[in-house]
Amino acid sequence: MSILVNEKTRVVVQGFTGDKASFHAKEAIEYGTNIVAGITPGKGGTRHLNLPVFDTVKEAVKATGATASGIFVPAPFCADAIMEAADAGMELIVCITDGIPAQDMMRVKRYMLRYPRETRPTLIGPNCAGVISPGKAMIGIMPGSIYRKGRVGIVSRSGTLGYEAASQMQALGIGVSSSVGIGGDPINGSSFVDMLQRFEQDDETDAVMMIGEIGGPQEAEASLWARDNMSKPIVGYVAGLSAPRGRRMGHAGAIISAFGDSALEKAEIMRNSGLTVAASPAELGKAMQQALSKPARRPVLA
Amino acid sequence: MDIHEYQAKELLAGFGVAVPKGGVVYTPDQAVYRAEEIGGAQWVVKAQIHSGARGKAGGIKLCTTPEEVRAAATELLGKKLVTHQTGPAGKIVHRLYVEAAVPIKRELYIGLVLDRRSERVCVVAAPEGGMEIEEIAVRSPETILREVIEPAVGMQPFQARELSFGLGLSSSEMNQAVKAILGAYRAFRDLDATMVEINPLAITQSGQVLALDAKMQFDDNALFRRAAVAELRDYAEEDPRDAEAAKHGLNYIALEGSIGCIVNGAGLAMATMDMITHAGGEPANFLDIGGGASPERVAAAFRLVLSDPRVRCVLVNIFAGINRCDWVAQGIIQAAKDVNVPVPIVARLAGTNVEQGRAILRDSGLSIITADTLADAAEKAVAALSNTPIARATVREKVS
Repeated sequence: MSILVNEKTRVVVQGFTGDKASFHAKEAIEYGTNIVAGITPGKGGTRHLNLPVFDTVKEAVKATGATASGIFVPAPFCADAIMEAADAGMELIVCITDGIPAQDMMRVKRYMLRYPRETRPTLIGPNCAGVISPGKAMIGIMPGSIYRKGRVGIVSRSGTLGYEAASQMQALGIGVSSSVGIGGDPINGSSFVDMLQRFEQDDETDAVMMIGEIGGPQEAEASLWARDNMSKPIVGYVAGLSAPRGRRMGHAGAIISAFGDSALEKAEIMRNSGLTVAASPAELGKAMQQALSKPARRPVLA
Repeated sequence: MDIHEYQAKELLAGFGVAVPKGGVVYTPDQAVYRAEEIGGAQWVVKAQIHSGARGKAGGIKLCTTPEEVRAAATELLGKKLVTHQTGPAGKIVHRLYVEAAVPIKRELYIGLVLDRRSERVCVVAAPEGGMEIEEIAVRSPETILREVIEPAVGMQPFQARELSFGLGLSSSEMNQAVKAILGAYRAFRDLDATMVEINPLAITQSGQVLALDAKMQFDDNALFRRAAVAELRDYAEEDPRDAEAAKHGLNYIALEGSIGCIVNGAGLAMATMDMITHAGGEPANFLDIGGGASPERVAAAFRLVLSDPRVRCVLVNIFAGINRCDWVAQGIIQAAKDVNVPVPIVARLAGTNVEQGRAILRDSGLSIITADTLADAAEKAVAALSNTPIARATVREKVS
């Protein structure tokens, strides 16, 4: 099954005609993603990458039946673009853009509450690498070639560290069902828990790689949730063991400002919750290999 | 972004938060002039640096005559203050704030933060102000009051009243405190703050409720729409390398070690630092070159990393998604030509266009140590360190 996207998912791209959106939309199409249209306000009626361009998301949905959107709109206009996608009935919204003001994201999260839980759109990001189901489809900026098709789910805050995990696993012959970058902002659309829930329910996922970093309560919350609800093994890693307190390490959310924010504390909570913690970022693949070889787990068909 | 106390007070006063009379000064003469203008018989002269705990570091002086104000200003201006927030390097005082001293009956704590758990603004209040909230949280956590704000409608007066009564205020004090709390909330919301702290919010002997100290932090991502706030930036308070990094779209944080890092992606940059530590080395910096790094940006990253005299090896780790390895490789070569790189370079490239990238490095004729994996890169960087301890020391001697 994989999670969030597959080869059938009908995808639109918001901010379609921009440089970065064009580059990555092309890559995604080549990968096999079913991109059906793009949106750039004011350029409706034209064509780009041999696809129709619409002025509004609603028009694009009406014409194409799209259910997922990838957003590459510049940060100042991004909250607006996310809400437009939600209002047009998108089931999945993947926001790649970084640099969105925190209060904009607060409003976006509040806006999403107007939809009942069952029909609420799933927002991934912002400030993330996106989503890929190897061999099927991708909405994002990841290099498709590093993912082997398989049965391990990846959920990571950092995009590049997610790539690192995928390529280490590829080198060991371990494949990926879906990989999700949830983003490095203090307020993001989907949490680690949201993604663990999906991987737990996914028939094609046998184990999960969860890669966190310093700052915020999400890794600890996910570890405790997994302890009580997750049957599949999880390999965890928290980046930033050598990060100093009180300094923002690149990501807006990567800062040690409260108890439980540091990598050491988070890794400890992971371990106490029954997760396997990789000894170093170079051992993500190896740790997954060991977790998969433990008895009483279904064999992995990589 | 951080601002000074006097700037925070000016902003908050604009939202109806009452503050004592005061003014910023840059010389002892100005300090005396300000004190006389403010009037009264007691003043505080406060060092303006971006740090809390200034009082403990000797940065706040109570004065009862204009001569004392002059003496305090003379002593503080140019002085280096070391607090637990500035680190051992401390910060030089360039500005002072002269303020009317008021007799205090009670000190309260008010703080507004972006709460990541609820993903909303949270207003925190405590009846014992004057000390840091972390200290209150340890000493008497049960006294801390919280109100979470619904973002669609903003903070409501009843929430500020509940906090005020929870703090045990009388009704006339309550009215003033509500005004201060709601004003602080509006400032937070309208100026895209990430933190507002009034500590202490004081109740004076005469029953006034005044913000005696104030601290504000702002969302860097929102400065594009807060020009008035962006203007308050004091570059003297920042590491000059931070400004240089920002100019090139780089994210740089200086650390203590000897292996310079140039990485794409914040998570991978942290993991690279972790890996260096794991391999027995110490990272000299955090540096994220961001997405879409051009050769110029890579060269700028090299200059920045090499401006730290402790750096004895540079590790480049690029996992290209939005980046392209061929561009990064060109950047490394351009940097090696433009910038004199007196230390070994270890480069690990992976991802988009990796073959072109590696070919460019290979054919360049430069002695770049290439690595295939993260572990390999970290180990080679640490090994390079022990092989070439002399080179950098010589460069440093030349500089000094």
